[in-house]
Amino acid sequence: MSLYFTKEHEWIQVEGDIATVGITDFAQGQLGDIVFVEVPSAGTQVSQGGDAAVVESVKAASDVYAPVSGEVVEGNAALEADPSLVNTAPEGEGWFFKLKLSDEGQLEGLMNADEYKAFVDSQ
Amino acid sequence: MSDTGEKTLPLDAWHRAKGARMVPFAGYQMPIQYEGIMAEHKWTRESAGLFDVSHMGQLVITGPNLDKALESVLPADLGLLKDGRLRYSLLLTEDGAIIDDLMVTRRGDHFYLVVNGATKDGDIAHLERMLPGLVIDHMKEQALLALQGQKAVDALSRVAPGVEELTFMTGGMFEIDGVPAWISRSGYTGEDGFEISVQAKDVEKVADLLASQPEVKPIGLGARDSLRLEAGLPLYGHDLDTTTTPVEADLTFALSKRRREEGGFPGWHRIASELQNGTITKRVGLAVEGRQPVREGAMVVDGEGNEVGRVTSGGFSPTLEAAIAMAYVPLASAQEGTAITLAQRGKIFQARVVPMPFVPHKYHRKGAGK
Repeated sequence: MSLYFTKEHEWIQVEGDIATVGITDFAQGQLGDIVFVEVPSAGTQVSQGGDAAVVESVKAASDVYAPVSGEVVEGNAALEADPSLVNTAPEGEGWFFKLKLSDEGQLEGLMNADEYKAFVDSQ
Repeated sequence: MSDTGEKTLPLDAWHRAKGARMVPFAGYQMPIQYEGIMAEHKWTRESAGLFDVSHMGQLVITGPNLDKALESVLPADLGLLKDGRLRYSLLLTEDGAIIDDLMVTRRGDHFYLVVNGATKDGDIAHLERMLPGLVIDHMKEQALLALQGQKAVDALSRVAPGVEELTFMTGGMFEIDGVPAWISRSGYTGEDGFEISVQAKDVEKVADLLASQPEVKPIGLGARDSLRLEAGLPLYGHDLDTTTTPVEADLTFALSKRRREEGGFPGWHRIASELQNGTITKRVGLAVEGRQPVREGAMVVDGEGNEVGRVTSGGFSPTLEAAIAMAYVPLASAQEGTAITLAQRGKIFQARVVPMPFVPHKYHRKGAGK
């Protein structure tokens, strides 16, 4: 199991060829109270850098981009009923979707936890 | 972030010390939130929230034939406005469009106006041009706080005894720990509450004293916006501007009966015609299906997908836990219960026209008991 991060403040947890994607604690703190999340349904093809999900806080709407390409195998249905899970457990129960990686090589360009922390500190 | 050209509020350091996230608004660095918009919104509804609205313009107007002169720029019947009373009014163009919305208070020999922060300089220029015989004093050294919520009266009467006697839309001079304060029972949240005008040099002392009351927490602009939206109160620059008239904006309560009939204020001809013949569009409240906010700028569309109106404010209501909005819709679709279709970023939303306020007002009206 490995954990990766993007400059768009997403985390990607990889087990085998399945990646679980969510937004980081830093990102949820910046967004504030999350009131709505739209996640992709199983079977959706997403490509790296393309739209994958929508997250809306009280203040604003934000797009969540696919950090890597693949086929969505599950969207987190729990977020529909309780979007505040993204605030309370952004890197746990508040995950957005799982996808089957189509190009594991794309993981090479992502940050590890230390690199991401340094990136956030520089913001 | 303070090097972006915005002015700072007298309480700037106080907000930062309280953990506020500061953002540019109306030309000032202002606190958008402290602990979080949702928590601050709910705290205000359930207890009492302290807002710094010192960016707003506070004006004192004096001069000869004052009532008549001021009536030449406002559609209000000032003859009905007794001493120490305030009412909502509007500055209008010759075409009847809204330059700003404001509160006007009769205070003895003068009128005290509170106008929006983003528009205050233009308002003052307009008033000086329209009323050359009057003195318009912009009280730049005056700060303005609002204490809002059902427990505001408990907190404020502890430090300013007597304010509990005020009823909605009345005000008077009080002292808060030795600081002279003009306090009115009014606000922008739909809750019972007060607005408190003190000299900028004293505002930190007053804010500290109020924030130390157990009922009170500081509240940012984010919750101020969601609270006023739930209360159905329009925000200038969003729901009102120089392309809207009071009739379109459903603010006809601000047009006093005598003034509608007699005229004598800017835009009367168009407004009288609209009162009689109706308008093409009207501001209404919308209950949007689902939780996803439909925000300012979203389109109101007809059955063919043509734009026939626009959402001017919208968001998630923390009280109702649902999406609500204000929009201008065709007059034929403005009746309560009418189904409205909205389009935002390529997605269609269903809504229906509902009466405003979305959340009932809890004003402390005269004769209402409690």
